[in-house]
Amino acid sequence: MSNGIVTASYIGASVLFILALGGLSQPETARRGNFYGIIGMAMALTATILGIVTNHHFILFAGLVIGGCIGLMLAKRIAMTQMPELVAILHSLVGMAAVLVGFANFMGNEAVLSGAAKTVHDAETYVGILIGALTFSGSVIAFLKLSARISGKPVLLPARHWLNLLLLLAAFWLGGKFIHLSAAGGGTLPLMAMTVIALAFGVHMVMAIGGADMPVVISMLNSYSGWAAAATGFMLSNDLLIVVGALVGSSGAILSYIMCRAMNRRFIAVIAGGFGTSGGGAAADSQAEAGEVVAIEAEVVADLLANAKEVMIIPGYGMAVAQAQHTVSEITRKLREKKVNVRFGIHPVAGRMPGHMNVLLAEAKVPYDIVFELDEINDDFPHVDVSVVIGANDIVNPAAQEVPGSPIAGMPVLECWKGKTTVVLKRSMATGYAGVANPLFYKENTRMLFGDARQSLDAVLKHLS
Amino acid sequence: MRIGVPKELHKGERRVATSPDVARLIKELGFEVAIEAGAGSESKFTDDAYRDAGVEVVADAGALYRDADIILKVRAPEIHPEEGLDETALLREGQILISFIQAGQNPDLLKALADRKLTVLAMDSIPRVSRAQKMDALSSMANIAGYRAVVEAAQHFGRFFTGQITAAGKIPPAKVMIIGAGVAGLSAIGAAKSMGAIVRAFDTRPEVKEQVESMDAEFLLLDFPGEDGAGQGGYAKVMSEEFIAAEMELFARQAKEVDIIITTALIPGRPAPELITEAMVKTMKEGSVIVDLAAEMGGNCKLTQADAVVVRHGVTIIGYTDLPSRLASQSSQLYATNLRHLLADLTPEKNGEVHINMEDEIIRGATVIKEGEITWPPPPPKLSAAPQQAQAKAQAPPAAAAKVQKKAGPLAIILPFLVGALALLGLGSVAPADFMSHLTVFVMACFVGYMVVWNVKPSLHTPLMSVTNAISSIIIIGALLQVSSDRAFIVFVAGIAILITSINIFGGFSVTNRMLAMFRK
Repeated sequence: MSNGIVTASYIGASVLFILALGGLSQPETARRGNFYGIIGMAMALTATILGIVTNHHFILFAGLVIGGCIGLMLAKRIAMTQMPELVAILHSLVGMAAVLVGFANFMGNEAVLSGAAKTVHDAETYVGILIGALTFSGSVIAFLKLSARISGKPVLLPARHWLNLLLLLAAFWLGGKFIHLSAAGGGTLPLMAMTVIALAFGVHMVMAIGGADMPVVISMLNSYSGWAAAATGFMLSNDLLIVVGALVGSSGAILSYIMCRAMNRRFIAVIAGGFGTSGGGAAADSQAEAGEVVAIEAEVVADLLANAKEVMIIPGYGMAVAQAQHTVSEITRKLREKKVNVRFGIHPVAGRMPGHMNVLLAEAKVPYDIVFELDEINDDFPHVDVSVVIGANDIVNPAAQEVPGSPIAGMPVLECWKGKTTVVLKRSMATGYAGVANPLFYKENTRMLFGDARQSLDAVLKHLS
Repeated sequence: MRIGVPKELHKGERRVATSPDVARLIKELGFEVAIEAGAGSESKFTDDAYRDAGVEVVADAGALYRDADIILKVRAPEIHPEEGLDETALLREGQILISFIQAGQNPDLLKALADRKLTVLAMDSIPRVSRAQKMDALSSMANIAGYRAVVEAAQHFGRFFTGQITAAGKIPPAKVMIIGAGVAGLSAIGAAKSMGAIVRAFDTRPEVKEQVESMDAEFLLLDFPGEDGAGQGGYAKVMSEEFIAAEMELFARQAKEVDIIITTALIPGRPAPELITEAMVKTMKEGSVIVDLAAEMGGNCKLTQADAVVVRHGVTIIGYTDLPSRLASQSSQLYATNLRHLLADLTPEKNGEVHINMEDEIIRGATVIKEGEITWPPPPPKLSAAPQQAQAKAQAPPAAAAKVQKKAGPLAIILPFLVGALALLGLGSVAPADFMSHLTVFVMACFVGYMVVWNVKPSLHTPLMSVTNAISSIIIIGALLQVSSDRAFIVFVAGIAILITSINIFGGFSVTNRMLAMFRK
């Protein structure tokens, strides 16, 4: 196959990948979009294998088949509540691949380059490996945190900002060294050293970020995996990799931006980590509401729901932890049969990754046209009879609007307290991730249903039928 | 301890201090409960229903009082004129009485109760702090009174509340003015509104404007700067003369226009302010109705007669003072629940032993006599139910600051572009042409990605991540380019890269597919 045909298939694949992302703009076209993505990938692979690969087909296909089987199995077995973990570990694979490809390219580079071209190429290799290694180790830590294999709490080393700066400077210095040595045919040592530093940097960065900031971390790593692909594309002078890397990189960057905006925090502040560990305690004390929470029984909640006209359900990470989405869906179905208008209000950072709640609800067969975003629904709360908050805290905290000094001041929140009644399902009176007391619990129209969300909702469901 | 619930003696009083449902919950606190036979009959709670709840039904009031440690009542103790029964005399030393007392208005009664060495908790003295809302019987009763006021008004009003266009002609909606937007006022607004009337409300406290408007009623704003009618504990206070003159003028104007006036204006411990004069009543339309919820304290309307319905100048003026009792089942149930919450606070151990903890702000406020010592009036409550003004002021500056931030000068917009352009030029001057053409592709692709991804619905963000993850594995091409190398080590590394990227490609696409298949209408 000629080089021209290969390039043509790459152009076709690029277009198909753009269409794949475009298809995701609507649930109706999303599956078609995914299909475009598959075709694009198949095209690019076929063209490359037929047109460029000349040798070692056995290793190639063995890798493809074994990897493919593992991938398919993972995709089939994974529970929807574990999606964030899966995405994190898949990101790490992209990062690792970027590192491997970078090293392979550096060592097997027989092309004769010189002068500026050589310098640019070495810089590309260096950057590609750097981002790849960072993505790899960061994603592995994110995976471990999300799957609760290690604690989700931020781990803060003393003088961690200085440490980060030091690592960054070391990476720059090694970069200069590498380019210098590489011109003379060497440079393996600085490259290795940099890889180790990048790995350490990834670990350190994600360790310092707490559980509820994971949506930002995951989208950031998503973005990095894209930039790693793009850098590899530069290194290989391959436009398809550059295009795809840029698409993925900007997609992840936009997601990170959306997540940060939804928490009213700056990206740098999130990445610097350590949120919710300092200052939060004092703030919580100073504004501790002189009030008492009113507990309620599941039976009464069922009554409230059955007699309401407008019900809003606000799920949070707690729903995912308790695996309560199926019970929620069942309750929704029962209520809709009784002509109660049930809707869902989803905060952008609810859960551990962007869109986490939507996927869980979709899994439980909640129709997507009753699931709304923060901006779409927030003005409707005055007409809502009952809001049910399931395992969420900071995203429904009125302190974000009412207490100017609060750590979460200015964060957009779902204004459920404007409705007639709010029922909050919660395990205990602990504060949320931000460590801020939630005045919502003390509002006169708020009722607390304590206990495991799943068990509480099962009890509500029992009383509904 | 044993709780006794006697039948109410007051003439026309239909309420009772506990309901079968609530009695069952009180028993869970460790108490025994006894009730006088027939006490609940006017509230439609039968003796059998009480027996089913495990309540002992006692025929004789004397025996009930004698055996009980705690007496729960609605009205303050009084003397039955016909049977010659004196409730105060039936109470014995050491007993605890919980009921409405109105200590401010009944100093003699207070003294008589103290002489009998009782402990008395007055439901009307519970401080209005947020923790005490669940036992705030005044609010529960006011809520019912407000609702019932609208029902009474509808009863005496000769027309519809709601407007309709019918084949037989047009029916205009009734116009209702509600003075005083406290609990009763808001409840009346809700009831009148749901019957379809046009509702306007007035209150001296401007902060209730939002509450009134949230119920879809119009707030009559008095254009009078610098005076806030919020007094201690969320109640209204006495206003200045000029304010009252402006207020009266507003009422006079409204009186000519509205069909129904419901007045709920009360200032704690004072006679009700006179707001509707005889002259205003004269200007009202024939058949209009005034419901005066302040009748017991003298009335907001000059012509109100307590406990009576009178017609003056063609206007029906209702002065019932027992509106909650006219919805006896509902009132009893709410009042009983308020009592239960107070009992729950009194027995923190849930062992049926009452502990009067005078350190507790609520219990301290409610206790008017402790073991024969008069402890009324209580110290002032620490918190006001009304929002604090300081807080409102504190909120203003950040908004102003945000505005300042938004105004970015033209330089701030141009500068990044300038810097970007210079950086590109600098790069272009040194980098090889090949690199620049790749950079073009890269920058364009970033923009395409930016445009496309902003259109993605937030609900599809998880599938977006898994699909971008799958396509970023296009990095496999890099491995494919190297797998044909002659060096075994490079082939090995490339093989591993192919393996792991394949996991990603197949896993990513198929999990995306699985997710998307679940999204359905």
